[in-house]
Amino acid sequence: MSDTAARLARQRDADSATASAEVSIGQIFLEFLIIGAISFGGVVPYLRGSLVTKQHWIDDKEFVQMLSISQSLPGLNATNMAILVGDKLRGALGSIAAIIGICLPGGVLMYTVGMFYRIHGDHDFVTAALKGVAAAAVGLILFTVMGLSKKSLAGNFDFVFMALTVVAVNRLHQSVPRTLVVVGLLAILFHRPNKKQKENATL
Amino acid sequence: MNQIPALVRVFAYLSILTVGGGMAAFPEMKILTVEVHKWLTFPQLIHLYSVGQMAPGPNMMMVLVIGQWAGGMLGALAVLIAFFGPTALLTFVVARLWKKIEKWPWRTSIQQGLAPVSIGLLLAGCFTMARGAITGVETAAIAVGVLLILQRYKVNPALLVVGSAVLGMFSFMPK
Repeated sequence: MSDTAARLARQRDADSATASAEVSIGQIFLEFLIIGAISFGGVVPYLRGSLVTKQHWIDDKEFVQMLSISQSLPGLNATNMAILVGDKLRGALGSIAAIIGICLPGGVLMYTVGMFYRIHGDHDFVTAALKGVAAAAVGLILFTVMGLSKKSLAGNFDFVFMALTVVAVNRLHQSVPRTLVVVGLLAILFHRPNKKQKENATL
Repeated sequence: MNQIPALVRVFAYLSILTVGGGMAAFPEMKILTVEVHKWLTFPQLIHLYSVGQMAPGPNMMMVLVIGQWAGGMLGALAVLIAFFGPTALLTFVVARLWKKIEKWPWRTSIQQGLAPVSIGLLLAGCFTMARGAITGVETAAIAVGVLLILQRYKVNPALLVVGSAVLGMFSFMPK
């Protein structure tokens, strides 16, 4: 009986291996196109729902790891995730299919908005509505910033580095790359590996 | 005058500034697109960014409108490739390296060190935008209201943006 169970387990492993090998470029494109079309109000939950829950292309742990890489590197979470998942499934072509898919619907929509806004942007009711929208967007970014702070800031010194960055850009009018390099290096040095981690790494 | 080379230069540069999110590039986007190249006005930039938050997909698709206005359909396409290409390539290459240095202790240090800086950049972008978008008590109330509602309830942010548009239409119409 344990023999049957082992065989079943092996069979299941083989199935899941072939399942992830069988994802075609077209499937990747289509799935990301759907995410790109329905992800109103932020891409991340839709990415998880589709890639982890619905398609089982990646598991939850991988998802979190990929998201943390996406967050650390330049680029938007949405497009970086498309690159990472596409690469995992089908290499470079998978990445290209995924990023085009996720950008296409929003791109077409914004292109249309751009034409409309150029013609009707100075109407009183449009200006009035946009004033409300812009104020809401400020609240939205603040919410994102607070969420990220809660999740990834460790200790009071991180708040000092955050404040330094804001002051450098907004008050001292330093360029973003210079701020990133100077404050970034300081923060990385502050978080340098301690002895124990170094020993663990060499073991 | 053909604006496409300038568009490509500006947006390829802005592309690598988007650490932590698109907002991180906003202060320099304002300087380059509004003050240096005069492709659009600051209020227009704020409007486009905000409307872009209602669209599905990556939340910086609004950049293509700047390309569209400055250089037509070709301009829009050039901006898209310039803005998403460099970071896409970087992520592709670095992610493969990233796996190889899993044991390297500085890897964690880099991630921990970049986190506060990237959040600071987002906040700096937010302040730049707030200077143009928060013009009085009413707009401040909308921003704070959106923040509080999002903290308290599980609402789709896009709905709040639409709601604020309606609110704006009633509140800010010239009499």
